[in-house]
Amino acid sequence: MSKEQQLHDTLEQAQSNGQSTQADRMGSGADERFNSKLRQAFGSTPFILTKFDQFMNWVRGNSMFMLLFGIACCSIEMMHTYATKHDLDRFGAGVPRASPRQADVIIVPGTIVSKFGPRMKRVYDQMPEPKFVVSMGSCTISGGPFQEGYNVIKGVEEIIPVDIHVPGCPPRPEALVYGVLKLQEQIRHGESAPVTVKPYELEQFGDLDRDELVDELASEIDEEDLVMRYNWAESP
Amino acid sequence: MSLQEPTPDLDPGENPDGTLDYDELAGLLGEHVIDREQHENATAFVVRPDEVETVLATLKREAGFDHCSCVTAQQYQDRYESIYHLKKYKDPTQELSVVVPTPSDAPLSQSATGVYDTANWHEREAYDLVGIEYDDHPDLRRILLPETWQGHPLGLDYNQKKPQIVPLREHANPVEERTQVPGDSDTMFVNIGPHHPATHGVLHLKTVLDGEQVVDVDPDIGYLHRCEEQMCQQSTYRHQIMPYPDRWDYISAGILNEWAYARTAEEMADIEVPEYAQVLRTMSAEMCRIAAHLLAVGTFALDIYGDFTAIFMYAVTDREKVQNLLEDLTGQRLMFNYLRLGGTAWDLPEPRDEYFEKVRDFCEYIPERLEEYHNLLSSNELFQMRVMDTGILPPEEAKSYGCTGPVARASGIDYDLRRDDPYGYYDELDWNVITDDGCDNFSRALVRLEEMRESARIIEQCVDVLEDWPEDEREIQANVPRTLKPEPDTEIYRAVEAAKGELGIYIRSDGTDKPARFKIRSPAFCNLQSLEVMAEGEYVPDMVAALGSLDIVLGEVDR
Repeated sequence: MSKEQQLHDTLEQAQSNGQSTQADRMGSGADERFNSKLRQAFGSTPFILTKFDQFMNWVRGNSMFMLLFGIACCSIEMMHTYATKHDLDRFGAGVPRASPRQADVIIVPGTIVSKFGPRMKRVYDQMPEPKFVVSMGSCTISGGPFQEGYNVIKGVEEIIPVDIHVPGCPPRPEALVYGVLKLQEQIRHGESAPVTVKPYELEQFGDLDRDELVDELASEIDEEDLVMRYNWAESP
Repeated sequence: MSLQEPTPDLDPGENPDGTLDYDELAGLLGEHVIDREQHENATAFVVRPDEVETVLATLKREAGFDHCSCVTAQQYQDRYESIYHLKKYKDPTQELSVVVPTPSDAPLSQSATGVYDTANWHEREAYDLVGIEYDDHPDLRRILLPETWQGHPLGLDYNQKKPQIVPLREHANPVEERTQVPGDSDTMFVNIGPHHPATHGVLHLKTVLDGEQVVDVDPDIGYLHRCEEQMCQQSTYRHQIMPYPDRWDYISAGILNEWAYARTAEEMADIEVPEYAQVLRTMSAEMCRIAAHLLAVGTFALDIYGDFTAIFMYAVTDREKVQNLLEDLTGQRLMFNYLRLGGTAWDLPEPRDEYFEKVRDFCEYIPERLEEYHNLLSSNELFQMRVMDTGILPPEEAKSYGCTGPVARASGIDYDLRRDDPYGYYDELDWNVITDDGCDNFSRALVRLEEMRESARIIEQCVDVLEDWPEDEREIQANVPRTLKPEPDTEIYRAVEAAKGELGIYIRSDGTDKPARFKIRSPAFCNLQSLEVMAEGEYVPDMVAALGSLDIVLGEVDR
């Protein structure tokens, strides 16, 4: 018997049994594909009883859009985390978004310097609530190896609140994955991290307390311009 | 017909053996040279601050110094000083420094922008960080720090504790007056960056458009200026500086950068590196080059047609492979910290045979894989249409802007420090310098792809050499004193061929165990300057392509 004949016979047989070819191919239970393990655990009732907030947190933790935000060395490891091999997507957290308006999570991957501080604050402000921050690498914790630099912000927490710190210089992709998983866990449980530092604010130049520096710059900056004032002496 | 031997084409001041006759050069400049200094790498002529342009123009026009490699500015107790490090593209071992002292109370010096376009940004940086002012400079404003910054941080009397105010402004159109016909406002100002996927990091391009054409582009850098020079000036030569170079060009090019520092400091302190260590360095450095070029190619495809799925992922997959090799060797994926002054941190991982086999497999894999990249990328019609004949950088412009590395080689400039100013083990090996006359975005991508093939060849030959190395002669570290204190006032400028081009370092010692001045000549900084030439008059997407083809890394641009 030729192979075609064989196939033909099998098909005919299946149709005479009242089975679709698909079911035949997949075996029994193909139509139960919506009947997941979870569904089975619920038993016969289609309802679950939970607090709405808890349900929302659970959903939120499992679908996170990350902001495509590269700063320095850590962003290279961040790219590796998104790409093949590590593939952050597996954990429901791997959709990089170029616009802050579509993102839930901002991973801050690098040193923040004085010129970039106000810009990062602006990007963060543009993200819709609720939003979460993962600080990646030592620079975002304390300034890292550049802590003594005249231009370096001593940690991202001086500007925006942080949920998870991932230490390392740079952290390995596995470490970032772990950090993101911890963030998901935190979100699912509805926890939040305390803010321990009083952050630098973006404010109008006219609202600053007048002092020597402000007087000196008065001719260069308009009253309405947004500015960030760094008090290096008070930095940690 | 004459029987006279053809005289080789020599510049004035050049000896037939390729060295320089500084007396003849001084004669060329006449009484402009008021003094001479001896730096480790070259003789330096001291000139008056109001004669800079004349001197440099003479040297460029008559003596063939067409490459202004770097401009170093520094403050002494009694004066300021700008140093122009000059070289020749045809032979970078012919070096000359021009030192311009200016008084402490009025640091005003003539600008070199009229002679070398590259001096523009270098002098802006000198003004920004050290506080020297340049007369006749077309655009003397701060470049790395915010425009409202108070003080010059690398000056001697800078107070780091002083508060600073940084504004966040909407930018006005800088060429509005130039381009606007009264009553017909056609130009539009667009900020690209500092947070933008196409800018490869935190670069900000102030762009003025006429329709979709770029009228003016002004790269605004400094969003990642993390005081690398200050950090190095605060650290000791022996161990503390070495981790920082990894973080300049952080695209896995760490060992190439470390080598720049190692080469400079070793030459300064007269340290002889064992040959075995040089082979290890050469091999690991070329692995870094492959990793860096892979990312350049991957992100370039991402810039050109948003290819986040195939080429970018291919590139990252291959980077993982080379990073694994580097991790086996150095223990790190990205910040290797593998070189030491006088050698390397440790020998190859055991079992050696297994490691050699892995490296060999990788070297065989790279040429096969390159075929794939050529199929996907360079023979892709869509790609060709986007990048051929766009972003033209003519060789003369490239030289004037101080472009080096793949960017210069894609403009037909045959310049590679690995061959022209040999270091490490390169001159013992058989490999080629890749050049291309296309001068466009396409050539720059091609040069990077083909350089990977050469790097794989170099690695393979290194493995051959390492395999045959006698077991009892595997010396990885020279005898170096625990604390290095070079003679006071030793000055040196040395460069290596990093992934992006000529990465140079200037060090001045003051007799302590830390450098008094540490200046980094970053290739990406100089290459980025040429964006204006490549982008003005082109369409916006071509500008993005040109930027991608320059392969800048902001850690190195801003330092």
